[in-house]
Amino acid sequence: MHFFKFSRDAGLGALTLLLLALVSIAFPAFISPSNLFGMFDDTALLILLAFGEMLVLLTRGVDLSNSAVVALAGMIAALLNQAMPEAGVLPVLAISLLVGLLLGMFNGILVWQLRLPSMVVTLGTMSVYRGLVFVASGGAWVNSNQMSPAFLDFIRANVLGITVLSWFAIGLVAVAVILLRYRPLGRNLYAAGNNPSAAAYAGIDVGRMQFVAFTLAGGISGLCGYFWVSRFGVAYTDVALGFEMQVIAACVIGGVSMAGGVGTVTGVVIGALFLGIIKNALPLIGLSPFWQMAVSGLVITGAVVVNARGERSPGRRILEQSSKPETAAV
Amino acid sequence: MSDVPVTLPVAVMHKLRLRSFIRWEWLLVLVVIADFALNTFASPYFLDPWTLSDATFNFTEKAVVALPMAFLIIAGEIDISVAGIMALASVMMGLAAEAGAPLPVLLAIGLVTGLAAGCINGALVTTFNVPSIVATIGTMSLFRGSAYAILGDRVFKSYPHAFAYFGQGYVAGPVSFELVLFVLLAIVAGAVLHFTAPGRRVYAIGNNPVAAALSGVRVTNYRFLLFAVTGLAAGLASILLTSRLGSTRPSIADGWELDIITMVVLGGVAVEGGAGSIVGVVLAAVLMGLLTFGMGLLNVPGIVMKIVTGGLLIVVVAGPALVRRLRALPHRHRGGLG
Repeated sequence: MHFFKFSRDAGLGALTLLLLALVSIAFPAFISPSNLFGMFDDTALLILLAFGEMLVLLTRGVDLSNSAVVALAGMIAALLNQAMPEAGVLPVLAISLLVGLLLGMFNGILVWQLRLPSMVVTLGTMSVYRGLVFVASGGAWVNSNQMSPAFLDFIRANVLGITVLSWFAIGLVAVAVILLRYRPLGRNLYAAGNNPSAAAYAGIDVGRMQFVAFTLAGGISGLCGYFWVSRFGVAYTDVALGFEMQVIAACVIGGVSMAGGVGTVTGVVIGALFLGIIKNALPLIGLSPFWQMAVSGLVITGAVVVNARGERSPGRRILEQSSKPETAAV
Repeated sequence: MSDVPVTLPVAVMHKLRLRSFIRWEWLLVLVVIADFALNTFASPYFLDPWTLSDATFNFTEKAVVALPMAFLIIAGEIDISVAGIMALASVMMGLAAEAGAPLPVLLAIGLVTGLAAGCINGALVTTFNVPSIVATIGTMSLFRGSAYAILGDRVFKSYPHAFAYFGQGYVAGPVSFELVLFVLLAIVAGAVLHFTAPGRRVYAIGNNPVAAALSGVRVTNYRFLLFAVTGLAAGLASILLTSRLGSTRPSIADGWELDIITMVVLGGVAVEGGAGSIVGVVLAAVLMGLLTFGMGLLNVPGIVMKIVTGGLLIVVVAGPALVRRLRALPHRHRGGLG
């Protein structure tokens, strides 16, 4: 099993490199270091958000509200910056992280304490959070000329050749690998999703693991809110609208199982990079941006078919909640 | 909070579930009446046959898709690609209309596109064993992406005059074609789900697919058929919506999948499958239509309505769970909430 997972990541990695090579043969400039770094910077947000989603998926949940959290935390960060432009970046980072954690906790509490299916909860909160962006801003946009230079420059600052945003993604990946592979909390997240009943007997509070996953995912989405708004230089109600599907796609391509308990950080990163390369290569090939969604849809559908081989055990229902008393499934 | 799953006899659970769902539908009726009264109170224009008729357009198209979606969710599956199917079907009809196709051909193209898309979903879930939420997340991008790829930033609006009837026509007085169609479909759906053997099998599949298969239900065939019918319904809804708007953009029906699923869940269908009723879904559809229309009368911006529908979804699901939670407390050890 372990070998299979390893070979899957390796296979996906090889496929990604092949894609990169093919595009580079046609367009040598594509593989220039500056373009590669630019592409990584462009994909950093997807990597960050996909890792948060992965935590939730591991515990048999799904988070559809992350892009709305990005929009709300981003708007609040931008409004804070507008109100106190001289305060610098630290309060902005703190507030966006805090907002994200709180929104994630709200999802998590509902899933943990009331045992509601996470899909229903986040379907509801994605609308509520998105609506709150409008309420917070009064429907107005915050444009880059209303943002302080510190707010805009922080994530663009070049450290050792790559941007601070890229470093955030790399740092998170490092933390994630340690957390999920070597820390009890990480192992418990896997256990809670892999077999909730067995995990409960082993003393793992499955509901609490879901709460932790949602809270962490919320915190990451909150930080990404500031990053997103700063990177694109605008905060408005529809920021990152529909991005949750790309995030889930990156996870699925990366081999994270929607049935919980299966997935690697490496896989998710490669999945995100795969989507990032496609996105950046399409304009070069001369396909209009309108083709991007169709092509990524095709790639996602292909990836899930490959993923699904033998994964779906016949008795397991996909939307089944881990902590639900197993009544009817006698 | 280290809960070890409690196992109750199936018969007991079934009884409990049935009872709670009968209560659920009465709760919905009450909320619908309350909202109706609120709308009447809020706007003097609400209690007019034509105003009420206008209000129905807020939910009929979505509700047409919500009916088969209820079957799917009861059977333990889900289809997130329905709005994508609607966009693709609309673009196909637009292409045909541009080429001068007559009305029957247009309708056939809308329905066949929906059916074909539904069959793709069905094949992914049955033949390729992909969990339906994953499969339809992929096809959602595929279908809507194809609509964007074909149409780009252009607009189709050269629909024949007679095409307008389906989304704008009235059967008698203020009773619209859309409403009549929805009522007929709801009756058929309710009859099939609640009074026929195939309907009972849908519940059986949702409750325990393995047991259902072992007792002779052709689970795979049912799953495929449900996805195909949902696709067909999305094609039909696309005809209605395209006809009402009189034009096609690739962003048509954007985000509707969430509204449709909200309708089904609000109607009391259990997301984990195995329970739910068509009456509940119809009530939820009417409720969402009245609610958005009422807020429209009060000039509430659309995005704020999203807070209300999203909040409503959470409240109606969390409310009973909270009550159950509090009721269960005295029987367990007191420290349960901590």
